[in-house]
Amino acid sequence: MQTASAVDSYLAQTNTDTLCLTFRLSDQDYGIAISKVQEIREWTKVTPLPSSPSYIRGMLNLRGAIVPVIDLRLRFGLDALEHDSSTVIIVVNVGSRLAGILVDTVSDVINVDYDQRRALPEFEGHANRRFIDGLAQIDDRLMVLLNVEKLVTPEDLAPVPQTAGETEQRGAV
Amino acid sequence: MAIDIRQFHQTFFDESHEGLVSMESALLQIEQGLSTALPNQATTSDPEVLNTIFRVVHSIKGGAGTFGFGWVTDFSHLLETLLDDVRAGHRQVDRPIAGLLLRAVDCLQILLASARSGSSVDPAVIEEVTAELEALHLTPVPAMGIDLAATGAVAGKAGTWRIRFIPKANLFFSGNDPLRVLRELSTLGKLHVETDMGRLPPWAELDPEICYLGWTLELSGNVTRDAITEVFSWIADDCELEIQSIQDQSVAPKAASATAGDSDADQAKARGTSIRVSTHKMDTLVDIVGELVITQTILNQTVAQFGPDSGQRLNAGLAQLERNLRQLQENVMRIRMLPIGFVFNRLPRLVRDISQQLGKQVELKISGEGTELDKTVIERISDPLLHMVRNSLDHGIETPQERRAAGKPEIACIRIDASQRGGHVIVEIEDDGRGLDQDKILKRAVERGLVAANTKLSAEQIAELVFLPGFTTADSVSDLSGRGVGLDVVRNNIYSLGGNIDVRTQAGHGTHFTIRLPLTLAILDGLGVQVGSQTYILPLTSITESMALAPEQIRRLPGGEEIFQFRQEYAPLIRLRRVFGGTPGADDINTGIVVVVEANGRRAGLLVDDLLGQQQIVIKSLESHYRRVDGISAATILGDGTVALILDVGGLVGAVSAPLLNLNSTQSAAVNRPASQSSSPVRALH
Repeated sequence: MQTASAVDSYLAQTNTDTLCLTFRLSDQDYGIAISKVQEIREWTKVTPLPSSPSYIRGMLNLRGAIVPVIDLRLRFGLDALEHDSSTVIIVVNVGSRLAGILVDTVSDVINVDYDQRRALPEFEGHANRRFIDGLAQIDDRLMVLLNVEKLVTPEDLAPVPQTAGETEQRGAV
Repeated sequence: MAIDIRQFHQTFFDESHEGLVSMESALLQIEQGLSTALPNQATTSDPEVLNTIFRVVHSIKGGAGTFGFGWVTDFSHLLETLLDDVRAGHRQVDRPIAGLLLRAVDCLQILLASARSGSSVDPAVIEEVTAELEALHLTPVPAMGIDLAATGAVAGKAGTWRIRFIPKANLFFSGNDPLRVLRELSTLGKLHVETDMGRLPPWAELDPEICYLGWTLELSGNVTRDAITEVFSWIADDCELEIQSIQDQSVAPKAASATAGDSDADQAKARGTSIRVSTHKMDTLVDIVGELVITQTILNQTVAQFGPDSGQRLNAGLAQLERNLRQLQENVMRIRMLPIGFVFNRLPRLVRDISQQLGKQVELKISGEGTELDKTVIERISDPLLHMVRNSLDHGIETPQERRAAGKPEIACIRIDASQRGGHVIVEIEDDGRGLDQDKILKRAVERGLVAANTKLSAEQIAELVFLPGFTTADSVSDLSGRGVGLDVVRNNIYSLGGNIDVRTQAGHGTHFTIRLPLTLAILDGLGVQVGSQTYILPLTSITESMALAPEQIRRLPGGEEIFQFRQEYAPLIRLRRVFGGTPGADDINTGIVVVVEANGRRAGLLVDDLLGQQQIVIKSLESHYRRVDGISAATILGDGTVALILDVGGLVGAVSAPLLNLNSTQSAAVNRPASQSSSPVRALH
């Protein structure tokens, strides 16, 4: 039972029910703690930022604050998608920092019960593992609970090394 | 429950600092008075000046006692004792004493800084001054002062005193501590304390934040009434106080409280009318106003699309809004403004110390100290300014002998002036010294490899050389300057504030530096430029001019770098579309415009698609929610609500270009056939 301790420690630190905002990316459901969500905005044009990773779609004017918008598809190495009427930006507030997260569509706000939680099986070597807090079984669907802090911390927003004058490639990270 | 008095620390440090500044200028004033008087003539110092000094020391001592900064208390007590003698007329302030007092000011600064930051202090410095103060203390006071004590008021008479001290119930709320008073009294003489607990309520009704106790004190020893009232002066309003001489019961207790009241009023006057506002609150206000400005622009654009008929009334309203907004903005910005006198105040002391050290005679003339600048600008201009004055004293001003030989008055003059012109503040630093030695500068620059040996430079260009890194003309590295921190650092500091600096000089007649600073850092005059589908903002101060270039005017160096001729020099060309990636497409020199920019003494041309016009923009940090981005200094919000990035000209230019003059000399050799066709300026921006 190698995973038992991981499960215990995970459940110990999050043994309460959590209200989650759920959204969809490429047919997979994700959830983030609603306490971190400040607002949901429809997609608006953002100003692209030079010398930045491709998943930073650009900077958004949020009532006077200049906020980075992260394309979660590109962050997770999925294909970019044309924006349509259901594309939204979830504005999250972590510490004193604001960030926008671009997702395909928001679905619902649900309460994830303690007994709906599932531990994440251990697997090696995938960088995106650090963004995942755990899994939840909601009816017959599996939802991935994301760690908002990890998604938007400045270390993770570091630019990819890039020579000046080179056009940036859009696509998988 | 104790009141956390640490919340008052900041106020104490601020006030102490302000106090020491005024004490320093008072001492310099006294010293000035001494130097104009005949050597052996005793000058009668203005009592108000002495009182200022005394008040400062006393306030610091009292505050430090309350907060438990023992070192500060001890030191200021020693100082106070000396000042007491002076104020009572027992001792004259002569040159050595004034000098000692000035050094004591430094010690207090050091001690306060250490109390504030918890850093350690070099005890040797403090001990030296302490020892001198104590030595002075032991020297018998000259006899002349004695008769004053005899004729003086009863209040000055020493003896044994009975003091009834009953603090008001709310004493603790004003941050005062009766224990401090008792502790201080016990340093004056032998103190006998009886505590009056008559006001103590039953335990259940006791409010721990109320002061219930009173004291009857007997103080014996050679103590004057003045000394006792001084101790109580901080809390005179918050207590009932009776001071009676045991020998002479007839002295009216009223007299004591009157004295205390006077000194309080004096203190209030000395502090002046100023407010302290937290920078955070200010920044919020500035942000809100910035947003209003943006809203107004948005509305303006909406109306512009309506057409004049439908929008006429709306237009009138908008004009009003615009006017109100401007006023609001100006006023809010003004709260952040401080008079530049905050920096100038430090100069007299600096000039005094250095001119004494160098044996030079210098008169400092300061004007325009009321000119206001943004607090941040003030803080960041302070060190460069001091450095320049130091430089001028060290290199510019000659010794009295040299001046006499040159037929100039022995006393040199350094003139500092500040004035506001439009959106800028001009600071001028002028001396009547020897001026910059052009031959020496050029020789030194060639030695250091800053310019090629055979370069022909104009007088202005030579003077500009002093701003290059690693440049000093001082023959020997002195304690004052020539430590590698040169005018290049000064200039970089000024550039980073969005200002610039010029120098004019005439050999034998002096040097004149002119610094131009923006009034504020929150708003910037910018030029919008189109690059691909994006709008970028260039700070107007960094733009030299803009022009169209023909493809044949661009040379390609072996490394692939492109350069073009600008006036008599060659500058690198930066194609912004390539730097910022983004939209591929026409990168055409025929349709684009080259904006020539200069930063940190380097020049470059930025190729943009179009110029969009000049506008005032509100600067927004990228770092508050994201991080620093290369080539971008900040962001702003345009009239349509979208974000535009402000280009970091210094970073862009620095990445591709060598220093201006260096580039000039080395690269004109690399390009053997300079373009004969001169470039045609499209729009001169300055």
